[in-house]
Amino acid sequence: MTNGSGAAAIFAAGVGCFVLAVLAILADKSALIQRSLVFYKPTGPLSGVTTVAILVWLVTWAILEWSWRKKTLPAGHINAIALALLVLSLILTFPPVGDLF
Amino acid sequence: MEITARALWTLIHGMGFGGLYLLACSGALIGLYQFTTSSAAPESTPGQEGFMRIYLITMAVLAWAAVLSGAYAIYPWYRAAPPPGAVDLSLFPQHLLMSSPATIGWHSLGMEWKEHVSWFAPISITMVAFVFIRYGRDLRNHRQLRAAVLVFSLASLVAAGIAGFFGAEIDDHAPVQGGNTIQLRRGEAK
Repeated sequence: MTNGSGAAAIFAAGVGCFVLAVLAILADKSALIQRSLVFYKPTGPLSGVTTVAILVWLVTWAILEWSWRKKTLPAGHINAIALALLVLSLILTFPPVGDLF
Repeated sequence: MEITARALWTLIHGMGFGGLYLLACSGALIGLYQFTTSSAAPESTPGQEGFMRIYLITMAVLAWAAVLSGAYAIYPWYRAAPPPGAVDLSLFPQHLLMSSPATIGWHSLGMEWKEHVSWFAPISITMVAFVFIRYGRDLRNHRQLRAAVLVFSLASLVAAGIAGFFGAEIDDHAPVQGGNTIQLRRGEAK
């Protein structure tokens, strides 16, 4: 079995987490972005941050799954990028770090 | 013996979905490690593989239920704005926390981190469940995929742990209250 499908899922998960972290910072820094991310008023911009991140994650996953599923890829490099994105996401969501931007 | 509807939802969100997810995480890590490491366990049976699939799918459902109930049921009550001039902030937990230097950090650090980091848990465990279902015991032959799956599982445990810790502390300092009162048991005079 090729490793493309697994690599696609792993890479997309890293992208999804990273997009969520970046959007959280952007919504905190820009009033315009914050307002545009209010998809559900009682939840505020968190509704848009998470919805957009989940959509980006799922679309990325679908595209990569379609393009990589029959391929054997250098999974080490792809995993390294995905794990770096995951670690960055964990760090960026920590409020004192987000406040540095 | 009574509980408010909001407190009940908070209980379902935190101790039901979130608590069960945290409990399941350590089991998933051990199960995934044993199942996918050729040297760590004897050949697994299809029954064990099926159990692990259901276990991971259940975890994914719990993780999504935890974040969705948190964001769309509990969080609106938490961040509700009090009317101008309100003195009693007990029904407005975010504002109650921000009203004192002793508790403001539970919002500015705790909730601000929790509300975002918690979403890494369902994203990660959904990916883990998918990869396990797709590859099953063949993961033993994909060392790099296996390593990534284990690291993402660990990250989901860390994310859920952060969310759980701050959730419990925030609820301790400024509980979500209000809504209909549900009578659990009628007291009897002694």
